[in-house]
Amino acid sequence: MTATAPSTPAIEFRGLRKSFGTNEVLKGIDLTVAPQHVVCVIGASGSGKSTLLRCTNRLEEPTGGSVLIDGIDITHPDCDLDLVRRNIGMVFQQFNLFPHLKVLGNVTLAQRLVLRRSEEEAQQVARDMLERVGLSEKADAFPSQLSGGQQQRVAIARALAMNPQMMLFDEATSALDPELVGDVLEVMRQLARDGMTMLVVTHEMGFARRVADRVVFMDQGVICEQGPPEQVLEHPETPRLQQFLEQVLEH
Amino acid sequence: MTDIATEQLGDGDVPELYRSGRAKRNRSRNFRIAAYAVGLTVIVSVGLFADWAKIADSYFDLERAKALFPDIITIAAKNTIVYTVFAFIGGVILGTSAALLRLSSIRPYRWVASIYIEIFRGLPALLTIIFVGFITPIALGIRFPKVLGVPTAGIVALALVAGAYLAETIRAGIEGVPKGQVEAARSLGMTHGQTLRKVVIPQAFRIVIPPLTNELVLLLKDTALLSVLGVTPLTKELTAFARAEGSKGFNGTPLVIAGLLYLAITIPLTRLVAVLERRNKQAR
Repeated sequence: MTATAPSTPAIEFRGLRKSFGTNEVLKGIDLTVAPQHVVCVIGASGSGKSTLLRCTNRLEEPTGGSVLIDGIDITHPDCDLDLVRRNIGMVFQQFNLFPHLKVLGNVTLAQRLVLRRSEEEAQQVARDMLERVGLSEKADAFPSQLSGGQQQRVAIARALAMNPQMMLFDEATSALDPELVGDVLEVMRQLARDGMTMLVVTHEMGFARRVADRVVFMDQGVICEQGPPEQVLEHPETPRLQQFLEQVLEH
Repeated sequence: MTDIATEQLGDGDVPELYRSGRAKRNRSRNFRIAAYAVGLTVIVSVGLFADWAKIADSYFDLERAKALFPDIITIAAKNTIVYTVFAFIGGVILGTSAALLRLSSIRPYRWVASIYIEIFRGLPALLTIIFVGFITPIALGIRFPKVLGVPTAGIVALALVAGAYLAETIRAGIEGVPKGQVEAARSLGMTHGQTLRKVVIPQAFRIVIPPLTNELVLLLKDTALLSVLGVTPLTKELTAFARAEGSKGFNGTPLVIAGLLYLAITIPLTRLVAVLERRNKQAR
């Protein structure tokens, strides 16, 4: 896999560190995500995987090391974060749709403000994206009128409308009722098939197994093990990963 | 369980152990009867012993009431509303500005906002009104202009007070918007200012509509304090008007009518908020 990877990774973490007060959550992470690859990050809660993801667009400010997006060091003080962020779509566990706007408004707002698209163009893009996630008939609903799964798909459409070069998923299905998880995962799977670069923090081992190019297991702020899904998930080497997988697969 | 089993109950019957429900029901019924009896006694004794003719004469003198119209509406109520509306608009502008300064990352800005809020929340509104209305024009040589036939000194004073209260309410509203909302907006590439204007403030105002209306009602009542600013016949608000009319012959009728007019404004206002709140719920 490394042999075929282009010279510039889409995402690269170099010795990334993050502390909250005296609590060091990330203890030097080195990781690369090649363009059009899907990397799934797994690990117990508190292992630092969400923090890693949130450092990728600096929603969380790293305390050490650097993050490179397409070779650009976004931890450099001169780097315009707003420019970087518009190219990185992010999907949150709690959806974070704007409750005061209808679905269409949610998907058009940043297009108009950030990309300066006309209302007409933004709406056209929004309707295309809503169709892509299977929710074109919900354009005029308020988020509160949608199920969790539908809200999350709107959130994905909202991110996609910005034509991002890569997508971050922060436990996108963890807040959903079990029967709604499938629709969201299907949209993510389709995205991966279309060649989107994706960094996915997830508890869905089935998704990781089928969709990921690489699975990364994090434990206590370090990457403990990584590799192709069949290797990491079927033949774990470290006792920690073995124990984690046993716990997860028991359910 | 064994007791119930051995009693050989029919389907839907209640075992002896659970029959205490009847005693509880009786007790609560007796308490209700006693409460009605006490209330009735109070009403009857007031009705028997009060001097109704004198009360009617002092508080509900129809002739005096008629004489108040139309001035009590066209001058007094109108002025009360003008004072309230302008002071409220000024207060919201001041309050929002102070709230944003309080949340600023620049420390001196936070200080300025805190000082303003602490001063005008801590002082009695009456003192502020006298200070702005009497002292400032003389000391600084400022002449307050008139708006819709009403002197603006009172409006400025009330807006300063309302702004200080509203600042804390609006700040709480802004902080009440979940952090995820800001993160979602920023992750889409929106700037800090865009996020504030298009995502945070619209939601913050939905949160603060009930306390904001509460402040509007308080402000409406506080306009009564403006009666201390030597008012001319045409700039009187409801309380000043009613007081002047009432002191002609020491009769309470003008105050009662003024009171009813205040309620005629405040009660629909609080009802309206309830409706707005319900309608807003789906958009939250």
